[in-house]
Amino acid sequence: MARALVGVKRVIDYAVKIRVKPDKTGVVTDGIKHSMNPFDEIAIEEAVRMKEKKLVQEIIAVSCGPPQSQDVIRTALAMGADKGIHVEVSGPEYETLQPVHVSKILAKLAQEEKADLIIVGKQAIDDDSNQTAQMIGGILDWPTGTFCSKIEKDNNELTVTREVDGGLEIVKVKMPAVLSADLRLNEPRYATLPNIMKAKKKPIKKITAKDLGIDTAARIEILSVEEPPVRQAGAIVPDVDTLITKLKESGHV
Amino acid sequence: MFATCFRTLRIGNKYGLLARYESTLVIAEHNNESLSPITCNTLSAAKKIGGDITVLVAGTKCDTVVQSINKVNGVTKVLVADNDAFKGFLPETLTPAILAIQNEHKFTHILTGATAFGKALLPRVAAKLDVSPVSDIIDIKAADTFVRTIYAGNAIQTLKCKDNIKVISVRGTAFEAVSLEGGNAKCEVVPAGDYKSQLISFVKQDLTKSDRPELTSAKIVVSGGRGMKSGDNFKLLYSLADKLNAAVGASRAAVDAGFVSNDLQVGQTGKIVAPDLYIAVGISGAIQHLAGMKDSKTIVAINKDPEAPIFQVADYGLVADLFKAVPELTEKL
Repeated sequence: MARALVGVKRVIDYAVKIRVKPDKTGVVTDGIKHSMNPFDEIAIEEAVRMKEKKLVQEIIAVSCGPPQSQDVIRTALAMGADKGIHVEVSGPEYETLQPVHVSKILAKLAQEEKADLIIVGKQAIDDDSNQTAQMIGGILDWPTGTFCSKIEKDNNELTVTREVDGGLEIVKVKMPAVLSADLRLNEPRYATLPNIMKAKKKPIKKITAKDLGIDTAARIEILSVEEPPVRQAGAIVPDVDTLITKLKESGHV
Repeated sequence: MFATCFRTLRIGNKYGLLARYESTLVIAEHNNESLSPITCNTLSAAKKIGGDITVLVAGTKCDTVVQSINKVNGVTKVLVADNDAFKGFLPETLTPAILAIQNEHKFTHILTGATAFGKALLPRVAAKLDVSPVSDIIDIKAADTFVRTIYAGNAIQTLKCKDNIKVISVRGTAFEAVSLEGGNAKCEVVPAGDYKSQLISFVKQDLTKSDRPELTSAKIVVSGGRGMKSGDNFKLLYSLADKLNAAVGASRAAVDAGFVSNDLQVGQTGKIVAPDLYIAVGISGAIQHLAGMKDSKTIVAINKDPEAPIFQVADYGLVADLFKAVPELTEKL
């Protein structure tokens, strides 16, 4: 049976309207509600469902980030992951931590933990990179099923339905493999109170990138983070006729 | 180090002392028969970087694609890699081919459009080159300085890339498309290689068929949300779209409720569109949806809730029941 490694990221909650710092170095994160990246919840849910179907034996939830990242690992444990690994990266080093670093960390951990399935979300809703799964696949030379909306396991082969631009695509990948979860893959469960209590007793191992021999030196320099241009307020039109007149005036119809 | 100096000197003699020499590889996206429009936007980004532009067309029997791309003004060379292994355009088979090409030509930049194809492929290539890719750029400030959006388009990040090879995906709507004429690039066949993968196999594609324009490149987009109430009611939008020669899009709520298929989703995690006219019908305007359409030139919102956030970005808002307003609009146009 497979051992699954799931990557989870702590991000600003999806419903929060973010604010850019006045000095243009980033966005305000202090005192802002954070939660697990929505795509990672889907990734954990899928791993747990596979365990419930006895296709997966053990689930290891990993997060790279500041001490607070342990919260999202706890959430993953409460949803059904068996153990957690927290790779602590904080301060300025975390500001420039990118998928290139995270993918190396997850690839190394997958080897150490003898995982043969890695599931991550298709993108983090903060940096919107959409890179980590693909890069892990590249590093380990494992096949990668990106943007999955359905995963079926048959022995050592996975049949994966992918969400692509024109519709859906089906590929078969041999394990070990990397998968990235799209929104339509499943509906994540809520952790129940007893499971949250139980999760407190599950182990979280704390390590650093250095322990794994991974260099997290910055590959980019963030020159500025700014507010996007604000759209000019429009007008409410009273009826369809006025709308059509306006659209004709502006040459759209 | 010595090699770099030598190269700078050599180039310096040719182009003046301080000239930087950039060379870009653009990976063409196509379906073996026709070129995807996003490749034309990506080529325009490549031109902004400056230097030579080489286009790679990898596929199976893709002659017509090669014929259209070598007419693009500004393309220096078209590399053709025809191989049965590229069926389904799987990153596992394309990556080693791209690495072989990179090894030979030493490009400074590798670009694709930020589509499902580009997003799946490029980070794998970057991992193999041990560089940090840059996703979905909306502008180029310098050969190593790029602009992209973060947090669902609510912040704009300008970054300087320190890696020696820049691996980049390009947001199609942020760059004008180049026209497929005026050029005469030379074609070169890439040496054959064994790129078959035992690890992954393409089974099939199940594509949504439609006579309407393609969503990401349409001039007008009509989108429906939760307010449409059912998939059947989307017929109202199809009629309006047909009248306007528009593409049809949807919010995540409409896709999750099963009204339409997911490839119509506009937003942070769906498609990014920037048409001349975007008509949002029964869409509240959540952050995640706005991320995909707020660069549209003109936005029209039809919603019965005057408090809906969509009205804060709409140029023209109509507070009305869509089931009355949309048929009326269709009829009067």
